[in-house]
Amino acid sequence: MAQISQDNRGLRLVVRYTVLCLIAAIFSFPLIFMVISSLKPSQQLLADAHSFRALLPVGDISLNNYFDAFKRAPVALFVFNSVLVTGVTVIASLAVCSAAAFAFAFVKWKGRDLALTVILATLIVPFETIAIPLLLEASKLPWIGLDGITWGWLNSYRVQIVPFIADGLTIYLFVQYFKDLPGELIEAARVEGASWFAIYRRVVMPLSGPVLATAAILKFLVMYNQYLWPIMVTQEEQYRPVMVGLQYFFQLNRAWGEIMAYLSLITVPVLAFYLYLQKAFIASIASTGVKG
Amino acid sequence: MAGITLKGLKKSYGTAHVIKGVDIEIEDGEFVVFVGPSGCGKSTLLRMIAGLEDISAGELSIGGKVVNDLPPKDRGVAMVFQSYAIFPHMSVRENVAFGLTIAGTSKAEKAEKVAEAARILQMEHLLDRRPSQLSGGQRQRVAIGRAIVRNPQVFLFDEPLSNLDAALRMDMRLEIGKLHQQLGATMIYVTHDQVEAMTLADKIVVLKDGMVQQIGSPMELYHNPANLFVAGFLGSPAMNFLDVDVTAVNGSKVLVSNAALKPVEITAKVGGFSAGGKAKLGIRPQYLTPVDSGGMLQGRIALTERLGSETVVDLTLGDGTRLIAALARDAVFPIGANLGLTFDPAQAHIFPV
Ligand SMILES: Nc1ncnc2c1ncn2[C@@H]1O[C@H](COP(=O)(O)OP(=O)(O)OP(=O)(O)O)[C@@H](O)[C@H]1O
Ligand SMILES: [Mg+2]
Repeated sequence: MAQISQDNRGLRLVVRYTVLCLIAAIFSFPLIFMVISSLKPSQQLLADAHSFRALLPVGDISLNNYFDAFKRAPVALFVFNSVLVTGVTVIASLAVCSAAAFAFAFVKWKGRDLALTVILATLIVPFETIAIPLLLEASKLPWIGLDGITWGWLNSYRVQIVPFIADGLTIYLFVQYFKDLPGELIEAARVEGASWFAIYRRVVMPLSGPVLATAAILKFLVMYNQYLWPIMVTQEEQYRPVMVGLQYFFQLNRAWGEIMAYLSLITVPVLAFYLYLQKAFIASIASTGVKG
Repeated sequence: MAGITLKGLKKSYGTAHVIKGVDIEIEDGEFVVFVGPSGCGKSTLLRMIAGLEDISAGELSIGGKVVNDLPPKDRGVAMVFQSYAIFPHMSVRENVAFGLTIAGTSKAEKAEKVAEAARILQMEHLLDRRPSQLSGGQRQRVAIGRAIVRNPQVFLFDEPLSNLDAALRMDMRLEIGKLHQQLGATMIYVTHDQVEAMTLADKIVVLKDGMVQQIGSPMELYHNPANLFVAGFLGSPAMNFLDVDVTAVNGSKVLVSNAALKPVEITAKVGGFSAGGKAKLGIRPQYLTPVDSGGMLQGRIALTERLGSETVVDLTLGDGTRLIAALARDAVFPIGANLGLTFDPAQAHIFPV
């Protein structure tokens, strides 16, 4: 008996790992292709694309593409802009949307259900339909800065950040998660004298690791991949993000090697962010024991 | 100090009326137990007192002050929940100190109070653990610890022991009783365990369908139940009820009988009987005694349960009614045999139908 179930378990493990490896291979294939290609001159890259050589660092390997990419475009500036805009938006969005969701999930107030319905309804409006009105709006907004009051938000970081802080999907994610938290925890905190803000900060947020990670990933992806909106609202290179920067490589002579080098570079922050979140995610589940 | 008064308290969810006008007077320092069947509104009533549910109508005062519209934190109450509701991301120490932390108590004072609570509840060795590393009984201690550190005037317990096993339940029951004596605070305790109700309470409130059935000391309720429901609810095994015919009424003396019961005169504690009418006769299983011959009731033995200290006999009477007798001491009764029983009419109850 014991023998059989042991064998069984061994076999099951083999099958499981085989499947996982296969999936991992499928998902990592484009990444490997991208990084390997970035090390090859364009002609060789195109020639290798039809064979397994595409995935192997063989032939004329160098970092030349990277040097050329830096020459052709202000890569560091684009990465900096994207990381700044994405980082600020993610953090602000987590704070604002979780607070809003808290009010929807735990606090009773007049018009709450209606307000939530309206917010959820915004989920079905595609960004493209509001892009033009939003652009007109943004071009007229006031701002108080070093130059005193100025009008129009175009060509700035804020015009890329503020419209994306609050969104229905993130609020909805938080509301759903909060509703699944044990209600008696919140009630116990209320009886113990905690204000709503104290409950938010000391009870609900520390238990929200999983949903914070999920919301952060989704928002990160949206923000880091921004293309349409930055093109509309930034005319100057100074504020443009990585995806808009890609244009530099599709003009005149198209150098695939440089494109791959550029893509490899702008992928680094994404991987770093994922690795960080994965650690934080696991730590939060381990420490709270609240299901995800 | 902190007596509690409920005046005409009502609660509805939309058209569902859950609490239908409840009046209760609770003295300072009293231990009051709410009992009643599942869904009768015990938790709702407790949560209204805590401030976790709005009050639809009526007036609630704590310590002489109307608190209808005060949030929970301003009512000076502490609550212990059935699910313990301790914070999973905090250590036991942080959990117990939560209320003090919120109130901005100094570190030194906090440490002192937490140590004191831990001493009372004998959980000093648990303070640095995480809730996930505690047993059910230990978690309940933490929840009680969190309640007592703030030294509140009023404690509310919602079935705090129902998730514990029988032995632990008894330990914790004794401890809660001890805690009440030590702290002298007003306590309201919801349960549907009658042993907890009978042993802990100064005063029991029996609820049914959102209405108070009777309020009184455990013994008052046991010996003088105001109606059929209370009579049947308290006591174990439950009181026997026989459908009887009223043959004569003389003041509070009511003469009753039926096919299986010889005529017997009972002193009624409530009115509403008339000769020729029907009534329910209630006899507790413990007050039935076997007789060798004759007896007021005759039945055939259907089942016996020997518990050692007593023997529970399940009989079927001549008219088909089921009757339970709890006979003192161990005894052997053959199943299928006839048994004659008698009882003291002074210990029987009669209710109009
Ligand atoms: N939010 C709500 N909306 C509608 N009805 C509710 C709500 N909360 C409770 N009720 C109803 O109120 C009644 C009383 O509920 P309550 O929880 O007070 O019962 P209980 O006496 O504590 O029962 P138990 O012994 O099972 O805990 C129940 O019939 C329940 O269905
Ligand atoms: Mg309940």
